[in-house]
Formats: sequence, C-alpha cells, structure tokens
Amino acid sequence: MSDATHLSPIPTDLLTLNIGPSHPATHGTLRIQVQLDGETIVNAGCEIGYLHRGYEKQCETVYYQLVIPFAERLNYMGPVHNSNAWCHACELMLGIEVPVRAQALRVITSEMARIIDHCVCIGTNLVDIGALTNFWYMYNYREKIYDLYEELCGARMMVNYPRIGGVSLDAPDGWLEKCLTIIDEMQEAVGDVRALVERNRIFMDRTIGVGRITRELALSHGVTGPCLRAAGIGHDLRKTQPYWGYEKYSFEIPVAEGGDTYDRTVVRFQEMYESCKIIKQAIASIPGGPVMVDNHLVALPPKDKVYNTMEGLINHFKLVMHGIQPPRGEIYSATESGNGEIGFYIVSDGGPVPWRVRIRPPCFANYSLFPKIIKGQMVADAVAALGSINIIAGELDR
Amino acid sequence: MTEREIMQQVEAHLGSKVLATYEFRGQCAVTVAPGTLRELLTWLRDDPNTELAWLLDVGGVDYLGYPGDDEREWRFEVVYQLYSMSKNHRFRVKVAVQETALEVPSVWDLWGIANWMEREVWDLYGIKFTGHPNLRRIMCHDDFEGHALRKDYPINKRQRLTVPAENILCESVEIA
Amino acid sequence: MGLEAQIESPFITTRLDEVINWGRAYSLWPMPFGTACCAIEFMGVVSGRFDVSRFGAELVRFSPRQADLMLVMGTITQKMAPVLKQIYDQMPEPKWVISMGACASSGGFYDNYSVVQGIDELIPVDVYVAGCPPRPENVLGAVVKIQEKIAHEKVASWR
Repeated sequence: MSDATHLSPIPTDLLTLNIGPSHPATHGTLRIQVQLDGETIVNAGCEIGYLHRGYEKQCETVYYQLVIPFAERLNYMGPVHNSNAWCHACELMLGIEVPVRAQALRVITSEMARIIDHCVCIGTNLVDIGALTNFWYMYNYREKIYDLYEELCGARMMVNYPRIGGVSLDAPDGWLEKCLTIIDEMQEAVGDVRALVERNRIFMDRTIGVGRITRELALSHGVTGPCLRAAGIGHDLRKTQPYWGYEKYSFEIPVAEGGDTYDRTVVRFQEMYESCKIIKQAIASIPGGPVMVDNHLVALPPKDKVYNTMEGLINHFKLVMHGIQPPRGEIYSATESGNGEIGFYIVSDGGPVPWRVRIRPPCFANYSLFPKIIKGQMVADAVAALGSINIIAGELDR
Repeated sequence: MTEREIMQQVEAHLGSKVLATYEFRGQCAVTVAPGTLRELLTWLRDDPNTELAWLLDVGGVDYLGYPGDDEREWRFEVVYQLYSMSKNHRFRVKVAVQETALEVPSVWDLWGIANWMEREVWDLYGIKFTGHPNLRRIMCHDDFEGHALRKDYPINKRQRLTVPAENILCESVEIA
Repeated sequence: MGLEAQIESPFITTRLDEVINWGRAYSLWPMPFGTACCAIEFMGVVSGRFDVSRFGAELVRFSPRQADLMLVMGTITQKMAPVLKQIYDQMPEPKWVISMGACASSGGFYDNYSVVQGIDELIPVDVYVAGCPPRPENVLGAVVKIQEKIAHEKVASWR
C-alpha cells in the first residue's frame, strides 16, 4: 500500500497569536500580534501606548526643575542618565556651563546607568532564551552599583541627583575609591557571564541570524545606540558631538557587522567594558571645585546664606516659588543613553514652565521596525529578538 | 557647515517659500508651508553640502496662547529634526499648520521612522498626514475622543476604556 | 525531622483554618503584573540580595491561572485597565492583590488624561506599598502583611 500517493497537504489557516501586553517576555507593556503559518511568522503587528503616562502634557504644567523626577522615570533601567540629559538641555537653553567637577560626576553616574541598563537587558534577554544563571549574576552586581548610588544620592533607583546648573551633592569621602573597587568587580562579573554565553553553542544557535537589522533599515528608521552599532555603523554621540568632557576620555566604540541578536549582545558586553574604562578615567582626572554653577538665577544659595542674609533668603524664595526662567526660544539637545540618542526638544515662552517638551525616545525608532525584522522567523526567535532590542516601555510610550 | 549656513542655503534655494527662519543658541530652523515640505526634505537629503539624510524625530507643537506671539499666523507646527552622519551637523525643519487646514504630506516612504512618529502627531494633535498608509492612534486608546496634547484639552479629562482592541494587524509588515 | 522528635505521637491536632492558612501563606505564587519602574525593583526583590523565596513566594507564575498573589507594579494607564481587569478575573480564588508603588496605589504624580488614579478603581486591593519605587524591603514587608492577613482568614468565609 502506497499511502504516500494518497497523502495531500493538510489545509491550514493562519493562526493569529497575541503576545502581550501582560507577558513575561514582553518586558513591560508591549503587545505583538503575529500570524503564524505553523511556527513561521508571516505577518506581524505591534501596539504600544500601554504605558502612555502623559509625560509631555505633564511637563507643560510643572517647573523646569520639577521635570527632573519625571525625566528619570523615562528609561527606568538607567534612570540617572535621563535627568542628566534633561539638565543638559536646560543648560543649553540658559546658555550656562556646568563646572568641570559636576561634569565628571555626571559622566560617572551616566556610565554607571549605562552599565546597569545593559546588565538588565542582557540578563532578561538570556532569561527569555532560557539561561537563568546570568540574570542572577548580573543582578548581583547591579545591586552593588545601587549601593554606590545610595551612598552618593540617597536613593537606589530614582535618585533625583542632577540639578540645572550642576549636580545636587558632591561625592562623599571615599566614594570614588569604592567606585573603582566595584568597577573592577563588575568586569569580573561580566567576564563570568561572557564565558558562559559568548561561545555557547546553544546561545549562538538561538541568536545568530535572528532579528537581523540591516544597515539600510537602521538608517531609514533612525535607529541609534547598540542596535545601530551592531548593524555596522559606528555612530556614537559621545564621540561625534561630545558633551560633559567626553572628548578627554579615550574609549572605543564597539561595532559589529551582522545586526542580529548575537551581535547586539556582544556589542552590549563590550560597551560595558568601555564604560568601565571611562569611569576609571573620569575618577582619575576629576578635579576639585564646586559642583554647582555660581549663578544666582539658577542655583539655590547655600543654607547659611539663606538663613543669615536677606539676599540669600529672597534668592531662595524666588527660585523655589517662581522657578528658573529661560529665555524665549527652542532647542533640541541630544545625548547618548544606553539605548541610543535621547533627545529633548524644548520650546520656552520665557516663563518658569516649559511651553512644550518633546522627548525623542531611542526605543521608539528601534521598536518601529520590529515587525519587519521578525517576519519569516519563528515565534521563539521573535522573543529572542525582542529582548535584544531593549525596549523600555517608560521611554517608548512616555 | 554651521546651522546658520545651512539656513542661508535653504533660503537661497527656496526663496519666498520660507515662511520664517529661526536661530537660538546656535541652532537654526526654517518654517515652510506643508506643500513645500517634501521638496525641502528631499533637497536637504540629496544636496552634497548638507547631506541631511537622517530623520531623527517628528513632533508637533501647539501655539495656542503662546505669549507675545503676534506675527505667527498658524496654530500648529510639525517639527522635523534632521542629522547628517557624513557631515556631523543638525538642522530643524518646521511646517506651519493652520487650524483650518490640518494636513501635512507624509514622508513615510522617505524615512521609515516617520510611520509611527506621524501616527503619534495625529493621535496627540489631530494633524492628518496625507498618504500615510496606517493613520491610527498609537498612544491613546482607539475610543479616545479629542487630541490630548492640544492646549485646549484639559489635562485631567480621563476617558475610560472598557474593552481592549481586538485586531492590530495590518495587511503587511511594510506599513505596520 | 524536628517536629517529630519533640512530640511522642506522630499526630498533631490543630484547626483546619490554621493548617490551610499556613499552607496558603507560606507558599504564595506571585503573579507579577509589572508595567513600569516598580517591576525592576521587584526583579531586585526576587534576586539574590532581597530574596523573596525566604518567604515562600519565589515561584513567579506569569499565567494568572496558576497564581494566587497579584503584584501590580507600575502605572496602569487607561489602555491597560481592561487588561488588568481581565487578568484579575482569570485568577482563581483565593487571590490577593498587592498594589506596589505610588502609581498603582493612587496614580503617583501622573495626574493626567491617561493614568488610572489607583488600581482600586478596578480591582480590590489587599496591601498598598508606598514608594516611588518602594525599596525591596517594603515589598517584603507587604508580603509579610499578606501572610498575616491570610492567618486571620476563615475557611468558612470562602464559600
């Protein structure tokens, strides 16, 4: 009996599968719908906006300095960088220059934010692929960096550290030496995880060729950050348009060629090493001096002046009650966060409250091409690719 | 090139089609009417002096009630942030949108990022982008009435959604 | 084992309520409904330093059908509200809800058009944890409070 001649293909319809918005692999509130032919994705669509918290409207109702906690909650993996970037934008608008010590402290805290951002991204991506150990290793060292933040700023995550014109607190005694010790331990931890993962057969099979972002796609979609560098374009704002003294530090921009999940992970590992280098150089070259600009229109006066002099009291009162008032105008200021270029477009009407704040989130551009990069791949590949793009819903939806 | 030189080149190229120019803290912008937008953006992308081939951001601004604003005849602006990777300079193009003619040509075929960004401007400001393949709300839910970031939308006006959207797929991933 | 060495007979008598509540309290299976920053602090709670498995609640189940403690972590927006309600409805009884953070408890500092001002507009909440984000110790304290709450429950009231 030759059954083979009587076999005909089983008719199948396409299966529509909904992934999210409450799903372990979607890292927050993303929703993806895929149409499957077996396990292969033939059509995909994404929906965002599940964490749209009305940032831009909220910023139009508060003073410039009160936007700092709002800004921090954008990219909540490495929060300090966002508020550093907001203060940088306001200083550009005001036309003031931050003291060198404050710039170095901003560099140190921003690079630590980049390290912890990459820690979580790699850790959770590996959890989705099935490797749980690395998550614990990365989180262990993330807690140590949280200890550093706590000693410097008073809080673990949402530190509210920078101010317009500088930073709020100087580093306590011994903090910089502790930073150096913990950065060395960080390199050991990252080395452990790399040893487990980078030449691992299973990881390579699951991630090489998965979710490939080509150069053309990256350029047309405004992709920035590690996703762009993994696609072969070595663009980094810290090198091309440096700020906070980045031109003094020597560091490499890791670039990979393939643009797939494996390359993005390797680029992130390498970026963590480069961030450690930058922190060491910043600590070695940090000068003494003030951490806040000496401008009475921007900086709160020291407490002894507030309590003992009339001018100090009035200055404090005016800054708290009437806020910082930049001149009428509009600027766009961009810095390189862990995910790419985060930009603030601020329109000011001359008052203490911004007229319009437009936040250019790096994830938005990176995520907008997600349906295109998973088409033709399998559902499990979609999950692996999603984790490597590092979508942070707080930034994506604002 | 400095941004001022780019602005001068644009003025020389477009002439009277430039409605306004703007300079602040070394950053420059030109404002054009919606009809001139695609011509200007393609020229800025292709001209060998500017090579502003990268669109980074599309955002909207509502100027209703902007103090001391006598010479502005339009209410909304759509702002395009451009960057040139080869020349390492930035520029800004603004499109003046009248309240009575809320339409701007879409540039989604030139830059893929414009797809979602224009959807966001539509959702939050109500400015339609002609030629956009998939102009749906992206941030607020589909039953939302009104446009949230306009100055006359009260910030506390909440609109409850009771049933989530069923289908979010498009015909193809190219327009998704 | 320790208990059998201290008593002579292999039987102990207790009340049904005590045993059931003991079982429920010390093996909570959390369902993390994480949306925003508080979810990252929860990851810190689950990881090595602030170990939540000491309290028996280490087995996070992302399926509501298999969980009994829902932790709402992060801002709930109007778009997410029906999803939250649906997931809560899918959880089988008995179930408890911890509202972690300022955003879930009251909307946080987002008083605008798109944020639900507290999840108690949608689902009943057992413990609120304040903080933005709350420290991991606060979350562990909330789990302990849920355990204390469970200890006072009566089986007859679940009918």
